[in-house]
Amino acid sequence: MDGLTGSAVTLRVLKGTPASGTQEVEYAVPMVTGMVVLDAIHYVQHNLDTDLACRWNCKAAKCTFPLVKDLVTDVSRNYEVNREIPPFTHAPDDTGPWRIQQVDIDRLYEYRRCIECFLCQDVCHVLRSHNYADRFYGPRFFVRVAGLEMHPKDVLDRTDQTREEGGLGYCNITKCCTEVCPEHIHITDNAIIPLKERVADRRWDPVRFIGRELLRRPASPAAEATPALPDPAKPPRNRGDWDEAALTNVDITELVKQQIRTRTRPWEK
Amino acid sequence: MLPTTVVAVLAAFTGYAIWTAFFAGGVNQSGPYLSPFYSPLLWASGPISPALWVLWSPLLFRATCYYYRKAYYRSFFWDPPACTLSELRHREYRGEAKFPLFLNNLHRYFLYAVVVVTGFLWYDVFLAFFQPSGGHVQLGVGTGIMLANVLLLSGYTFGCHSLRHLVGGGLDCYSNSGAGMARHRAWSWVSILNGRHAMWAWVSMFSVVITDIYIHLLHAGVFTDPHVVF
Repeated sequence: MDGLTGSAVTLRVLKGTPASGTQEVEYAVPMVTGMVVLDAIHYVQHNLDTDLACRWNCKAAKCTFPLVKDLVTDVSRNYEVNREIPPFTHAPDDTGPWRIQQVDIDRLYEYRRCIECFLCQDVCHVLRSHNYADRFYGPRFFVRVAGLEMHPKDVLDRTDQTREEGGLGYCNITKCCTEVCPEHIHITDNAIIPLKERVADRRWDPVRFIGRELLRRPASPAAEATPALPDPAKPPRNRGDWDEAALTNVDITELVKQQIRTRTRPWEK
Repeated sequence: MLPTTVVAVLAAFTGYAIWTAFFAGGVNQSGPYLSPFYSPLLWASGPISPALWVLWSPLLFRATCYYYRKAYYRSFFWDPPACTLSELRHREYRGEAKFPLFLNNLHRYFLYAVVVVTGFLWYDVFLAFFQPSGGHVQLGVGTGIMLANVLLLSGYTFGCHSLRHLVGGGLDCYSNSGAGMARHRAWSWVSILNGRHAMWAWVSMFSVVITDIYIHLLHAGVFTDPHVVF
């Protein structure tokens, strides 16, 4: 092994399951230059105890979700929340291929860096101290929603869902999620606060509310009978430019539900 | 230690603001220098302190600021006091989802007011430099302090999260929107300031107090402002 230092370190690993009980087991692991704890765990797993269970997405730390076995914790709630969020949805008649300007997707790269280590979920006091998993998505999923909401080709509006079902208001922006993120995603500044501002646009801005009401065109009976679908020759500029009636007519919600029902996720195989 | 320090500093600032606005003996003004607590000077005389007409906007702007919210949720409410500590209170947690803390969503309106106030502060600096001797320029310690103060306040105000959203962050597609690229540039500039929003928040708060104290000392005749006139 390259970089061997000639010395060894004793690793004490908590092994077991909640049903069988847990106990500390010691392993002697040769020290290698640049080694971190996760490397030592992998050494044990590959050479000394192939039965050792270990879930990892990064080299950040361990998390304190409910224990499954050894170093594996139960993070399934996160996958349930993930399923509640409507995925990327383009306009029905705008199926691509698309040419998207770099300036329009620069922001999205940061959200894509997430490796789903769930440290942010673990450290968030709304989930950790208050056990609001039933009413609060958590930082990782606000990052996902932000990435979808800001996508130039996504036509769904998840603002109300994020506020109501996602419990965005419970976040009091104490930034612990940002502090622990191993990918240095500015979760609070670049995902949660922009979402809060979008909610403020919708619910807390009387100027915008009055503007929306004044600019709302009265729907004629004819228009209601045959709502105009977006004209492919004149692509809308922003989500707000879509005729909401047309989107309702094609029942995007049902399309999304169908996508959610039919898609397969790696952890569901 | 940090929560205690934040509590002490924010409480001291609030106490100082109340003192200088209501109990410091009228308008804090000396020669060409006007205290930022009194600018713009509306109704210089009357039963109500002229600071009251102005002070509400920067105070509420700071009280609803995303950075200060983090600071006081951690320090005053201990919600939580630190990331690795459990919360000390065990009542029903409502965050910003319910009254009264959902009122923090009104931050953008105080932003609008503070942008106007900041414009007046720049005008005060202009007057401090050019007013006193008609056609001449005064350079003094006071003008330097006022200029530094308004620069720091501008750094804080124009790095606001709400402003960042309003100028461009709320757009999904810049390249295909009216004035989209200009808004993207504005968003980028605000984002640069926003990256150090906490720093701007603290230093601008101290600079306001230092400026006010300096003008108080001039007003009280403790010393005269060292300056040169060109």
